[in-house]
Amino acid sequence: MSSIGFQRATLTAAERAAVDAACVRLQRLPGALLPILHAVQEALGHVPKDAVPLIARALNLSLAEVHGVLSFYHYFRKQPCGAHVVHLCRAEACQAVGAVALEAHAKHSLGVDFHGTTTDGMITLEPVYCLGNCALGPSVMIDDKLEGRVSPQRFDRLIATTRGRPMRPA
Amino acid sequence: MSAVKIFVPRDAAACSVGADETAQAIAAEAARRGIAIELVRNGSRGMLWLEPLVEVVSEAGRIAYGPVAADAVPELFDAGFTRGGAHGLAQGATDDILFLQRQQRLTFARVGITDPRSLEDYLAHDGYRGLIAALGMEPAAIVANVTASGLRGRGGAAFPAGIKWQTVLGAEAVQKYIVCNADEGDSGTFSDRMLMEGDPFVLVEGMTIAGIATGATRGYIYLRWEYPDARIALEAAIVAARAGGYLGEDIRGSGKTFDLEVRMGAGAYICGEETALLESLEGKRGQVRFKPPLPALHGLFGKPTVINNVITLASVPLILDRGADYYAHFGMGRSRGTLPIQLTGNIKHGGLVECAFGVTLRELLYDYGAGSLSGRPIRAVQVGGPLGAYLPESQFDLPLDYEAFANAKAMVGHGGIVVFDDTVDMAAQARYAMEFCAEESCGKCTPCRIGSTRGVEVIDRLLAGANGAEQEALLRDLCETMTYGSLCALGGLTPYPVLSALNHFPEDFVHAVHC
Repeated sequence: MSSIGFQRATLTAAERAAVDAACVRLQRLPGALLPILHAVQEALGHVPKDAVPLIARALNLSLAEVHGVLSFYHYFRKQPCGAHVVHLCRAEACQAVGAVALEAHAKHSLGVDFHGTTTDGMITLEPVYCLGNCALGPSVMIDDKLEGRVSPQRFDRLIATTRGRPMRPA
Repeated sequence: MSAVKIFVPRDAAACSVGADETAQAIAAEAARRGIAIELVRNGSRGMLWLEPLVEVVSEAGRIAYGPVAADAVPELFDAGFTRGGAHGLAQGATDDILFLQRQQRLTFARVGITDPRSLEDYLAHDGYRGLIAALGMEPAAIVANVTASGLRGRGGAAFPAGIKWQTVLGAEAVQKYIVCNADEGDSGTFSDRMLMEGDPFVLVEGMTIAGIATGATRGYIYLRWEYPDARIALEAAIVAARAGGYLGEDIRGSGKTFDLEVRMGAGAYICGEETALLESLEGKRGQVRFKPPLPALHGLFGKPTVINNVITLASVPLILDRGADYYAHFGMGRSRGTLPIQLTGNIKHGGLVECAFGVTLRELLYDYGAGSLSGRPIRAVQVGGPLGAYLPESQFDLPLDYEAFANAKAMVGHGGIVVFDDTVDMAAQARYAMEFCAEESCGKCTPCRIGSTRGVEVIDRLLAGANGAEQEALLRDLCETMTYGSLCALGGLTPYPVLSALNHFPEDFVHAVHC
């Protein structure tokens, strides 16, 4: 099989092992690409560019096909993220109770825009369109934990607590 | 003395305002005082303004306290709440709370009542009676029941479920599939999440019945990543159902096979569109397919596929258990049965209201919802998600009915109602609708892909004040192109929120001109 254009050198041995493990474990599933991308992101926090050729080879897909899927879905991250990820809801039900102000506060207090990571490497801020907590907005999700009725003050408290927690298990 | 049974929801919304901490505090305080309790983590009763809602089982039934913050727990014990004692947070018998009492909980009958992790509890509350009934019937008779019930797709498109099932039943294929659309992306909706977390077995049962009815042996639940708690609940239910012989090979000795798994989405609103969802399940970009061929004939991996929303499938067990007539007896016109409605946004009593079609917006907003959260006048409500129309007060007497809404150039959709008070800027909401479409367009068709971006630009120019009439004409023309030229509902319905905002709230669009 041709390996033209493959650049593998930048994956560490551990990263490569994680990608290979995900491929071996899941490649026989029908429609395996999304489950593999999820598994890689869960293990590494993002899907490194250099994982793409490995996944493509495992599934007998072209690089373009894998890249096309990776870039289509908002959830998949191509850059490393901070120790914790904060998803802030931008949808209408949260807008109706102050999400726009919360968004401004979050960006200002963290000193980042959406998709950015704080300088201490602890928090990555991401937008999300609906967390399904529409009667208790504004809502954020910190790692896997949903939080409701998030005022700017409560946001600051949640962030302070989150900074004190260990990095989510890889 | 036997242990006191206490319910504290494990629902993600309840936990988002502290239910986990409340549960821990109750366990710790009971231990400290030497009071024997049995703590059950149930689903939410759907009265979200009262969360965390704690219920204590007393001789008079379940007594509700809410909202119970963790730091209020010691004083609740002091007040004797384990015996149903009086306290400022006491809400009386849960079933007598007006918000619940007025509802007709059919699909949500068990949500908040049972322990969602317990198959035994599910069985004790009429669970799997629908499947047992279905196993004694011919496939065509099962489908006929679903058709006769009048059940229509609850995801938003309202297509009759029985017709889809009949098409799949009639298709010849070595493999057929049941796919559950659990990509609940509409803002203002959470009924799928609440059901999957609060009563996951009913969805598993509904999908199993669909499999037996149509000859499909494999199922997938396509679940959005934003719902990690629903995933845990569903996977636990699947394991328990398999162990109980309700899933897998030879279901309850019938010789029938059906099994299913959960697949996670990855943050693409368009994957709630059924053909984009199928593409995504196949491991591709979530791009919309041309129809025909219909998914019922050429669906997942090219095979005949039933694809239905969570609530649609979860309504099937009851129909098989109680009969099509029982279900069809609720509702109005061609909208039969009940609709789980979600009251959200700026609303005082937000939550889940399941009732028969025909209830009006005004009843929902004021009788159930008690007006706005802010206390200010309600100016607009958006019904049916980000593609639904914004309705002004003059339309609050519309009954929730698919046809009545369609006639008013609005849609019921998945039953989400987002409330805005009089501080809302409707021009900003219209712009947001176009921006959302641009962000989430799958890119396959031009009216949606390009039209939405141009739409944002036109609205910006309109608000900047130059050539207002000309820009408005352009915007209306663009909306017409999107409505009639788009491949699916994303591009096709984005004009609903845009034009409804423009038509009902024109003053918000001219404001900038006079500044």
